[in-house]
Amino acid sequence: MSPALEILLVAMLTAAACALPGAFLVLRRLSLVSDAISHAVLPGIVLGFFLTENLQHPLLLVMAGASGLLTVYLIELLEKTGRLREDTAIGLVFPALFSVGVLLIARFAGQVHLDTDAVLLGELAFVPFDRLTWRGIDLGPRALWTMAGLLLINALLIRLLYKELVLATFDAATAAVLGFRPVLLHYLLMGVVAVTVVAAFHAVGAILVIALMIGPPAATLLLARRMPTYLAGSLLFGVLSAVPGYGIARLLDVSIAGSMATMVGTLFCLVWLLAPETGLLARWRRHRRQQRDFALDLLLLHLLHHEHRPEATAERHRATLPLHLNWTDEKFARILEEGQRRGWLRLEGRVVHLTEAGRRHAQKRMETLTPAQYPA
Amino acid sequence: MKWAIEIEDLTVAYQQQPVLWDVDAAIPTGQMTAIVGPNGAGKSTLLKAVLGIVRPAAGRIRVRGRPFRARERLVAYVPQRAELDWDFPATVFDVALMGTYGRVGWLRRPGMAERARARAALERVGMAELSDRPIGQLSGGQQQRVLLARALAQEAEIYLLDEPFQGVDAPTEATLLDVLRWLKQQGKTIVVVHHDLSTVAEYFDWVVLLNVQCIACGPVAEAFTPENLRRTYGGRMVVPAPTVNPA
Amino acid sequence: MDFTLRIVMTGAALLGLISGALGTLAVLRRQGLIGDAVAHAALPGIVLAFLLSGSKAPVVLQLGAAVSGTLALLWVQAILRTTRIRFDAALGMALAVFFGLGVVLLSAAQHMAGAAQAGLDRFLFGQAATLLREDLLVMAAAGLLAFVLVLAFWKEIQLVLFDEAYAATLGLPVRRLQTLLIVLLVMAIVIGLQTVGVVLMSAVIVAPAAAARQWSSRYGRVLLLAGLFGLLSGALGAWISSLAPRLPTGPLIVLLLTALALLSVLVAPARGLLWQYIRRRRARETARQALMAVLQELARHHPDAEHPHPTATIQAALGTDVPVEAILRDLERRGQVRYMPDQGWQLTERPPHTP
Repeated sequence: MSPALEILLVAMLTAAACALPGAFLVLRRLSLVSDAISHAVLPGIVLGFFLTENLQHPLLLVMAGASGLLTVYLIELLEKTGRLREDTAIGLVFPALFSVGVLLIARFAGQVHLDTDAVLLGELAFVPFDRLTWRGIDLGPRALWTMAGLLLINALLIRLLYKELVLATFDAATAAVLGFRPVLLHYLLMGVVAVTVVAAFHAVGAILVIALMIGPPAATLLLARRMPTYLAGSLLFGVLSAVPGYGIARLLDVSIAGSMATMVGTLFCLVWLLAPETGLLARWRRHRRQQRDFALDLLLLHLLHHEHRPEATAERHRATLPLHLNWTDEKFARILEEGQRRGWLRLEGRVVHLTEAGRRHAQKRMETLTPAQYPA
Repeated sequence: MKWAIEIEDLTVAYQQQPVLWDVDAAIPTGQMTAIVGPNGAGKSTLLKAVLGIVRPAAGRIRVRGRPFRARERLVAYVPQRAELDWDFPATVFDVALMGTYGRVGWLRRPGMAERARARAALERVGMAELSDRPIGQLSGGQQQRVLLARALAQEAEIYLLDEPFQGVDAPTEATLLDVLRWLKQQGKTIVVVHHDLSTVAEYFDWVVLLNVQCIACGPVAEAFTPENLRRTYGGRMVVPAPTVNPA
Repeated sequence: MDFTLRIVMTGAALLGLISGALGTLAVLRRQGLIGDAVAHAALPGIVLAFLLSGSKAPVVLQLGAAVSGTLALLWVQAILRTTRIRFDAALGMALAVFFGLGVVLLSAAQHMAGAAQAGLDRFLFGQAATLLREDLLVMAAAGLLAFVLVLAFWKEIQLVLFDEAYAATLGLPVRRLQTLLIVLLVMAIVIGLQTVGVVLMSAVIVAPAAAARQWSSRYGRVLLLAGLFGLLSGALGAWISSLAPRLPTGPLIVLLLTALALLSVLVAPARGLLWQYIRRRRARETARQALMAVLQELARHHPDAEHPHPTATIQAALGTDVPVEAILRDLERRGQVRYMPDQGWQLTERPPHTP
């Protein structure tokens, strides 16, 4: 395997492993917890490193996972006092833990190779240099195995707890009644996030982990309507942003993790703009059409409303209608023309009349309004 | 009859979904008016449209015969309690004083006159003793009184209240009602979004029955009929016959 | 005290004062984490400003930081307005994507500008030691401007923070005031980046406000206290950092601020958890005494002093809003009463003066 292919594979595996727990974070409105955890694992990593003097030691994973869970616990503890809001609690806890990590590194690790930049930014380019060997046989880069294992664990966990997670995400109360223990599930998910952050930080850095956890699910949210599609889409978008991200980084010789994060943002913007129903372009076109239809319906109903009243003629006069509806004359002329084109409106002299078809349409529209649509 | 608020052909839509549709209604000066209707009928939206907080898709609203302009501060608004952040660092007096901010003008601080007005308003709603209490420590009824005091301090002509009686204790309901009746005696116009059908006849002179469209609008005796109520609530609900309390 | 330390301490104190006071405006709108996003999103602006101008003058870099921080916020707002994506996801993504772009630009700058770019990465974690006299002047000027703006629009800002809809009915230009609030927040962050860096900046925004809110329920005092707390922590952090080598200033300031916030939550008068705990203990003690008095009274008036009384009787004596059941269990744990199945509660000791 060439080094480039190895890097790309690790990038894709990381993206996939992050997207799975990320999809649930986004749905549970906990995206910023990934931000908090990814910063707050630093002291765990540093302590683990002091104990083992080895950045690859499994103990680091455990320590960092523990400090991730501690973050979540502390945030909830502060919030429960009723003295601080959630955003304040998050904003207090993770910078404090991160500060502890930075201070520890500055004080005691000055000579060894562990700097905060590496934790924050990672360096995918170094992936091929750290290889796993077994009895002298080269098994490939260590990160490849770590990320593959992580993806497998995340996928298995989500497969096993799929319906519990989905239920607890949408309706924690029902989940509790059915005996699913939403609090336990919550901490399990947080644990998965913490372990994923830790496993991924060495290769891609904390910030790219946030991008990969939140970005692909957010983009998919604009397209998917059902849970399985949503999960699959998140996976796909994550993996997809890895390829051009790495390509561009190679081409321009810039940070791979940064380039992938940028690509996640670019991909999101593309979906945001072009998604068939929810995209900005589609929305803009639909909005214009709906505005016209809505205005026409409004005019028809107004005419119907005033049909058999004494003020009927005045209310239906070409000159007074724009005034009553508070429309510009130009807008009124446009809507009137559209109504005539559809055969719903008829101009007799200067008085606007409903045609039979127009009256039927207005009555049908009226039924959709009240009160069936708004039950008491 | 002199009209405080005239609403003509008003349509308000959120994302092309009509919340109010072709509403015609008029609210008389110097009277107490209830706006009544089921959830989602657009009652709060009607208030917000009058205040210019939401923009209508069509139609016109006139306040005292002219288009509404917030800068004139003729209209005082009492929002629903739940819409506010009661953990905000402010005392009861601070909130009442906010009612005078519109008059004070840019770059100026409220002076003696404004402070006196805020104190008088708190006195009127029975909250003078709690002036220095942080708003985070108030009961629901006390919160509602403070919001009414803020509106009083504004010294407006028209008072729009969104569900003021929702979830308040009986003494507060009585105090609020007293203050509203006192305002009415001063010739002010009061409009209340109200949900308790059993007190409409007792509290109010005029009623607007609303369910996206305006079902009826007129004096309580004429408009607040079982037939109109059934049309408003869609016939799904057993509507209590309106009782006129002799008191 | 030597000159460099004086400069650094003054700078850190100024930063704490300005960011603490202005951060309060964001925290009161429940938007404390916006500071985190703006700070991270400042990175590409800093690098781009350097690449375009070739200058590392703080003003130039701060301008770049302000522009890209604001752009990120506008992006978040546009996403919120046009999709069903929630605030937390939009903010988190903007933060990570902008930061990623900043890292890309940073690595590009390393190739393009070579050694000239050295020191740009100090914005990641901040480096108070690099503060110069001119930097202080810039900070002081920006702080003064912010101070004037906050004072000039004092009551308008207060009203918009507390009740936007009501502010609109008074004829205030709510939209423009919201923009002013954003501008003030971005200023607060940009001023602090050089000293504490993008990663820790959010704490300097959030912590002083969180601490100050515990001590007062007046808007003006909270603002003032937050500024004061920021100032003290800044100066103190810079001083401690000078005492020993390899003690970075930014993390020290953040830890001091966090400690201050936690301490405030615990011991601030009125709101402090410690006082609440003591008050609750006292209240429980009073409740126990009242209940014991009832039981003793019942025993005195009953022919049989040992006669057990059902919960309902005790409840009736104390009123319906007293949690009688819980107090009785409490007394039972203390061995003062015991429960006779199917009969009720009984004192373990005979009360004095009983027949």
